[in-house]
Amino acid sequence: MFATTVVDSITFSIAAAICLFGALGVVGFRNPVHNALSLVATLFGIAVLFIAQGAYFLAAIQVIVYAGAIVVLFLFVIMLLGVDRAENLVAERKVSGIVLALLLGAGTGAMVYIAYRAGLSTPTGEKSAMAALDPSNDLQVLGRAIFTDYVLAFEITSILLTVAVIGAVVLSRPAGGEPIDYEEFPDPEEDPALLVEDLGAND
Amino acid sequence: MQNSYLMLGAALFAIGSFGLLIRRNPLVMFMCIELMLNAVNITFVAFSKQLDDVAGQAVVFFVLVIAAAEVVVGLGIIVAIMRRRPNVNADDLSLMKG
Repeated sequence: MFATTVVDSITFSIAAAICLFGALGVVGFRNPVHNALSLVATLFGIAVLFIAQGAYFLAAIQVIVYAGAIVVLFLFVIMLLGVDRAENLVAERKVSGIVLALLLGAGTGAMVYIAYRAGLSTPTGEKSAMAALDPSNDLQVLGRAIFTDYVLAFEITSILLTVAVIGAVVLSRPAGGEPIDYEEFPDPEEDPALLVEDLGAND
Repeated sequence: MQNSYLMLGAALFAIGSFGLLIRRNPLVMFMCIELMLNAVNITFVAFSKQLDDVAGQAVVFFVLVIAAAEVVVGLGIIVAIMRRRPNVNADDLSLMKG
């Protein structure tokens, strides 16, 4: 049904390896900056997998929104708060957490094993009555679906984004809130624009 | 071949949830949530390709938008908390449950 060529397999293997090692880096590294950079590797691998599946538009917004906006926001907050120090993972482990995580991992592993052993070559679902998706007009088909079948969800999403922006402004600028702890920023010359903005907000 | 995508999605989801359970830094926990969302996105796109249905890609589009909104609000909360109490971890924040 799907022409599985050698190129497809090689692309998948490389991208999947990048994804998995990046994911392990997100969990394993102790420094939050390294975690964020590992997340970029994972998101890049996922974008490659999207392209391999013919979802070109999603690959583009994956890179733009995730790697370009969300991870930069993470890094910005890490630098702003000065939490870019190593976290001591050993002292914070709890037995209950380890047991829960192992149970969850074992459960997920069992499901993957069952899915693998079942060896289903076709998914358990109804194939769409439409013709096969053509990657060359991927954006047209996706746009038509979003603005017709999913237009209500799209409008609700716009309300959600507006609420999120207002909420973020309210949260990060408390009226008459306590001043920032400037001992957290021993060297303001590193980012003078940031310091000026923060001072202005508290004057 | 398509099963490989589903298995990769499951593995990424497992790694993300494992990280969410063992990490105590709220920022890193947020990154693990992003990891889990992306694992689901891989699965959606794989099924979309397999079933010739664009609905999977549409859902991924909405997941991306909602993840962005979630990160904005979540990081706003983290910044508001950490300004008052630097170096706080998730265990110290358990009082938020009220």
